[in-house]
Amino acid sequence: MRRILAVLLLGLCALAHAHKPSDSYLILKVAEGGVAGQWDIALRDLEYAIGLDADGDGEITWGELSARHGEVAAYALARLKITVGSKACTLQTADHLVDHHSDGAYAVLKFNAVCPESGGRLTISYALFFDLDPTHRGLARIESGGATQTAVFPPERHEQSFDLAAPSLAAQIFAYVREGVWHIWIGFDHVLFLLSLLLPAVWMRAAKQWQPAPRFTPVFWEVFRVVTAFTIAHSITLSLAALELVALPSRLVESVIAASVVLAALNNLFPVINERRWAMAFGFGLIHGFGFASVLIDLGLPSGSLLSALFGFNLGVELGQLAIVAVFLPVAYVLRRTWFFARVVFAGGSVAVALLAAAWLAERALNIKLLS
Amino acid sequence: MRWLIVAKIMVVMHALFGVAAISAPYRPAGPEVVLERLPQKRSDAGATALAADRARLAAQPQDPQLALNVAARYFDLAGAEGDPRYIGYAQAALAPWATDREAPLDMLFMRGKLLQWRHEFKPALELFDLVLQRQPDHFDALNWRAAVLNVLADYEGARRDCRTLREKEKELYWGGCLAYVDGLTGQAAEAERRMAELLARHADAGPATQLWLLTRLADIAARLGRPADADRYFKRALALGVTSQYLLANYADFLMDEGRHAEVVTLLRDWTRSDVLLLRLTLAEQALGAPEFKTYAQSLRERFAAAALRGDTLHQQEESRFQLRVERNAGRALELAVTNWAVQREPYDARILLEAAAAARRPDQAQSVLDWLAQSRHEDPRLAALANALKAGKP
Repeated sequence: MRRILAVLLLGLCALAHAHKPSDSYLILKVAEGGVAGQWDIALRDLEYAIGLDADGDGEITWGELSARHGEVAAYALARLKITVGSKACTLQTADHLVDHHSDGAYAVLKFNAVCPESGGRLTISYALFFDLDPTHRGLARIESGGATQTAVFPPERHEQSFDLAAPSLAAQIFAYVREGVWHIWIGFDHVLFLLSLLLPAVWMRAAKQWQPAPRFTPVFWEVFRVVTAFTIAHSITLSLAALELVALPSRLVESVIAASVVLAALNNLFPVINERRWAMAFGFGLIHGFGFASVLIDLGLPSGSLLSALFGFNLGVELGQLAIVAVFLPVAYVLRRTWFFARVVFAGGSVAVALLAAAWLAERALNIKLLS
Repeated sequence: MRWLIVAKIMVVMHALFGVAAISAPYRPAGPEVVLERLPQKRSDAGATALAADRARLAAQPQDPQLALNVAARYFDLAGAEGDPRYIGYAQAALAPWATDREAPLDMLFMRGKLLQWRHEFKPALELFDLVLQRQPDHFDALNWRAAVLNVLADYEGARRDCRTLREKEKELYWGGCLAYVDGLTGQAAEAERRMAELLARHADAGPATQLWLLTRLADIAARLGRPADADRYFKRALALGVTSQYLLANYADFLMDEGRHAEVVTLLRDWTRSDVLLLRLTLAEQALGAPEFKTYAQSLRERFAAAALRGDTLHQQEESRFQLRVERNAGRALELAVTNWAVQREPYDARILLEAAAAARRPDQAQSVLDWLAQSRHEDPRLAALANALKAGKP
């Protein structure tokens, strides 16, 4: 849908030109061993500098732009110098894309800067278009170690340096804590698994019937056992996978995670495992840990501070999980005697979760798309 | 008509969410996808000649006449289309002489015009001064210096330049020049009479000159409490067929003062690309309670943010009005109005500072406008009422 909308809008964008002066947007992500760059350059400016409109009809098509990709990259990268420490980096084109800013279409040049040194200061020497339009500005954003700096490059300050001092250990851990919290909150499969296991905690199973738990203390310990078992289990596999000691194919991991949600929900409707739900939490928790690990690996693990990243991320996952439990438990406890809880939350919720997770399972195992 | 409305909404949506909604870089579906429409085709009449001149200039960047030609062409394009990029191109053509005080006169003059376009009035004046030191009767430099001095509220300086013009030039020019200064400084009725006479006597004057006189006549008539006459002047100016952001902005402000917001929407609905005119359109839509108001306001918000990122302060008057009326942030509006007043001192600049100071309950901040009103004896019942309310401490 988004792409269709984008195409529809493209035809109209010329009408919407704000009279904005010429800017380019340079984003540099600094990691160990190099810098990943993205440079958005207005097509109007490139047209003026090197000519893109091959047929001269006043329209720049993707075909006309891609035919000049080599020249675009050569022209732009020749006007950008990145230095880390005392040595200049080599700039290599990685990809050519397109984007739109408030004043029209931009060529997006993705590139990598391979730098002989790492750490110290980053120096950017910017010279794009200054010879053609001294009112042009380079708007730069530099991201390194969780910190973001911005800068404007006018001709009279075309070279600027930035401190790449590694962020403090605390800041680094905090960044990963945040990622961990965020991941558990948006990771519906983990949350649903946990909630499915926790739903029966406010009830007791007696004579093949669910009964509201009479007191809070046993409820609390049941929740404690389940959450602790899940936590210990996924911490183990998260660490093993992040340290590259064990690796499982992600399709298998994701499928088993979906299956675990199905089973946990079905177990509420047709109880098989009752007393030892913590064991179920532990067993499947091992698999969920691999799922967390793939996120952590995607975030890019700093080789120098792997352990603090691991610690921070895990801590974040636990904190996010505790926050969910802290909201869930009192509400479920208060509602446990109501018809609403029995029918809608417990029964209806378990059915819905089982169905949703079954769809995930099918999608992940068979590599098909069922849900949008 | 419906598709037109839909198209328009989508255009605005695109302007707004160009960054947010479809901001992930992507690979277009196919080579035929049109990414960008250029303001000019290569085959357009002027474009071919300009491209040829540009190519020749690239080969011999030290050729002053060639550089001046190219700069002048881009300066005219900027005036017609309001696109700041052209000012940059013109500046680039003059780069070899960028700091050269001994450059040819016309070069210095063009540099001054480029600076005033960017509201860098003081440096622009220095260059006009330099030109006039070397050639005291340089007609264009006198005209432009008078205009800039008016903006800076240096009315004596402006009058001096008008009188110098008188020795050499047609009555139309020096007469208009003097009448304009008088119109700002307590002799509005007399100025109107003289300007109307000039206009009648010089029916052969070029459309740009007529437009200049008519917009000033309209301004005076409005200030003297004769909106019907002002409206007639504005309509005559519009009928000249010259596209002028200045005229459109002034007419829109007049219409809004008269409560004729719907006409502002009709007048400006195709001008969303101009920040100055989009502000008027937004205020009119706001007054009408129209649904487009929110999208226009968001667009302006983004443009002001983008300008701030660059460090541009070209449209502080508009931004102050935006803060006051749309964001309802009187404090920020006042800050902007104060810095704007330090750069330019035309009547509307005074008005926004009075309004913002009243809204922020900071009459002290508007003292220099009160001084200006007293010293210039500028006639405008609206400004006078604002000033009196502010002095009486009841916003």
